[in-house]
Amino acid sequence: MSEQPIDRYRRRLLGGAVAAGTLTLAPGLFLHRLAEAKPDADPVTSIIRWGLLVDTNRCASNCTACVDACRDEHGWTGHDRPRSDAQWIRKVELRDPATGREVSLPMMCQHCAKPPCVDVCPTGASFKRADGIVLVDKHICIGCRYCMLACPYKARSFIHEELSHQKPYSPRGKGTVEGCTLCVHRIDVGQEPACVEACTADGRGALLFGDLNDPKSAIYQALAEHPSTQVRADLNLDLGVRYRGL
Amino acid sequence: MRHLLPALLLLLAALPATAAAPADGSRVPLPAIDAGPGEQCVEPVEFMRRNHMELILHQRDETVHRSIRTKRYSLRNCINCHAVDAGGQPVSLDDPEHFCVSCHRYAAVKPDCFQCHSGEPEPGVPGVVGAGAWSRGLAANASRGVKP
Repeated sequence: MSEQPIDRYRRRLLGGAVAAGTLTLAPGLFLHRLAEAKPDADPVTSIIRWGLLVDTNRCASNCTACVDACRDEHGWTGHDRPRSDAQWIRKVELRDPATGREVSLPMMCQHCAKPPCVDVCPTGASFKRADGIVLVDKHICIGCRYCMLACPYKARSFIHEELSHQKPYSPRGKGTVEGCTLCVHRIDVGQEPACVEACTADGRGALLFGDLNDPKSAIYQALAEHPSTQVRADLNLDLGVRYRGL
Repeated sequence: MRHLLPALLLLLAALPATAAAPADGSRVPLPAIDAGPGEQCVEPVEFMRRNHMELILHQRDETVHRSIRTKRYSLRNCINCHAVDAGGQPVSLDDPEHFCVSCHRYAAVKPDCFQCHSGEPEPGVPGVVGAGAWSRGLAANASRGVKP
């Protein structure tokens, strides 16, 4: 069985053997368990580029498991104002008028390699981490919302209300822009994003998370094997989120 | 008048002690500081009183931009240790005896940390949010034939 992205991270960093144990889940089913996630004191590097593959063939129109999981994880609840409520991830239904074929898919920050939101940010609050995750540094966000206008995917939203009791690992506050973080707090400790976990737990497995730079990763191999699409590929943004079956 | 001078001297001698402690008998109101359950802070108390904001400011950039998540100077670590009362119960930001709140109120300084950050300690072990998720995800991936 191939190694984990984070195993690989460690292997490359340490230049030594992979430290992984084997976990027996069920008869005949073995997994490598992570011995350790990224060490806390190490910065992220561009060795890894995190990405997400959405298989729309497995995504059901009536299912919102990923959206619900994201909401629970980060605590963004609506105020029944759809035009201004926080929206880190949403379900989009597409219908081809010529054939009647319907596709359902989750849409969120596409974690562009060349993100327009970063280009327009006047303070440097909108930035791309070395491992490809596009984030808002809310400490320096002034709430101008240029990034919301620049984003072709409507991936960001603005917090209009004062908040309290935020999740300790997901700070959110009035007057700042926010969007999908690809669950950095989970990735950094060796876990998958909450949406991916929920989709998998739901039995659909429409979301595949992994390292786009690693030829051994499941996502790399899946992208090499089957055709996939970048939404608005004409913009040449080199997206971290790819779709299959669009 | 004869007794006044020794009394005054006694008072002066006692001043340093009363200034540090939540003054018994002092007319100066002091913040109610319950430092939390730990034996000592990550740096000497005097240093922390003057410089904690610098440490947190530095750490926030390291964490957000470079993903350095060492716990020593992280705000979460501060909160997990300090926002707990003597009985081990979490103290809310609304409580005037909250460690950060009590002192900042006294000093008339308004920190903006808690506009976004939770001021309450995390339930369970710090840094292990939803532990085991990665393994569970892998198991489910494996069951549908996707190699990790």
